[in-house]
Amino acid sequence: MTTRILGVAALLAVIAAALFGLYGVPADLNQGDAQRIMYPHVASAWLAYLSFGVTALSGIGWLIRRDLRFDAVAVASAEIGVLFTALAIWGGMMWARPVWGVFWQWEDPRLTTTALLLALYLGYLLLRRLSDDPARRATRAAVVGLVAAVDIPIVHFSVIWWRGLHQPPTFLSPDKILNPSAPLPFVLALVGMLGAFTLAWTWLLIRRYQLARAELAREEAVRGGLVRRASAAKARPGAAANPGTTIGDDGGIPPPKAQAEATR
Amino acid sequence: MTALRRNATIAWAIARKDAVAEVRGKQAAVSTLTFAAVVLLLFGFALGPDPRRLADAAPGLLWLGLVFAGLLAVGRFHELETEDGALEQLTLYPVDRRSIYAGKAAVGAVAMLVLGALLVPLVAILYAVDVVRALPVLSLTVLLGAIGFAAVGTFYAGVTVRMRAREVMLPLLVLPIVAPLLLAAVKATSAALTGDPFGELPAWLELLAGFDVVMLIAGAGTYGFLLEE
Repeated sequence: MTTRILGVAALLAVIAAALFGLYGVPADLNQGDAQRIMYPHVASAWLAYLSFGVTALSGIGWLIRRDLRFDAVAVASAEIGVLFTALAIWGGMMWARPVWGVFWQWEDPRLTTTALLLALYLGYLLLRRLSDDPARRATRAAVVGLVAAVDIPIVHFSVIWWRGLHQPPTFLSPDKILNPSAPLPFVLALVGMLGAFTLAWTWLLIRRYQLARAELAREEAVRGGLVRRASAAKARPGAAANPGTTIGDDGGIPPPKAQAEATR
Repeated sequence: MTALRRNATIAWAIARKDAVAEVRGKQAAVSTLTFAAVVLLLFGFALGPDPRRLADAAPGLLWLGLVFAGLLAVGRFHELETEDGALEQLTLYPVDRRSIYAGKAAVGAVAMLVLGALLVPLVAILYAVDVVRALPVLSLTVLLGAIGFAAVGTFYAGVTVRMRAREVMLPLLVLPIVAPLLLAAVKATSAALTGDPFGELPAWLELLAGFDVVMLIAGAGTYGFLLEE
């Protein structure tokens, strides 16, 4: 119920921030209406980095505590992170086309870094898909998420060195956001959008986490059923000839032990 | 100190074992080297016969060839272990997992150096680049690049070795990670070849060395978890 209230609040906040960004703030003097893309764009980029930070930390949590709940947070955060990374790149391209004249600006270190970020975490998600055992998958994902998180700053610095400094990030220099030279409505629109998007992110994370737990419980149930079926078949050689009856015995209901383990 | 020595001995034993297996096996090593040479040849076709353009692109092509062939090499050193349950045996040895990683990374780096020793002259011939003058700096660049690539590649080979579709997953995971290495190595190589007119060579070599150190630490710290599976 609380999650639902949070979801409604997030939805309303995003709508309000979008309306304010579209109508409450005047268009930028140089960039015109294109500048309005910056509000969701910066917010998406912030959430992309937040997500992958959470994924890396949850990975460490799994490696230390061996609790699959950490892994559920990791996958939830990674998937949402990929979504916001894609949104950030898409918004950036939509903005770059009218302002810089091209969709893809190789000289922009943040665009290049973000594209690699997307590739890294798509690989992370694919890796998870290809591992069946929950503990093994969690370990692989944790170490890969960790190494990816270590790599990101190096990527960022190397690309900055690669092509000299372009326009310095608005996002990592708070003085620029808080700078009074930026008119108050602009600052409000940006901060409002950041807050609204973060609310939406939190709601998505909780929901995806619950889903990950449910998926895991189902996986364990199926596995438990299989294990029982196999052992039953071994105990009664006659049953192996007619596996239909043994499957019928289980009736798809998970054995209590597997269920207890899954919901731990 | 004795613990460090012991680990170094173990790492050396593992590296030596893999190198011997590779040299005696021959086919795999020869086919990897041939693959790298063919890649360089095809880059020439892709870019056309203009010698100026080929010479400009030479540093990038050299490193792409090294990375592609290197992926095959680091993958192989783990595939060797999947036969006859060798990997299980290896994990059962009561040794520090970091020394296993170090051994695998060392033999991977040596393989990259061998590839480099083949590809640098080939680039000089095919793309008409004068490498003799730049050879000392170029060697250092290849050495640093080889270590960094082996550090990353060995770690990911450990991740994917027991996975389905590992032939696709290894490149998919390694390529985005080595992007900064590729970038720095290409920049350093082209600075070395042009006589470093902007004095940027030290910075790129530093970045390469920094990448090596960070990735070796990250790999050594996490590789053990993969063997516990």
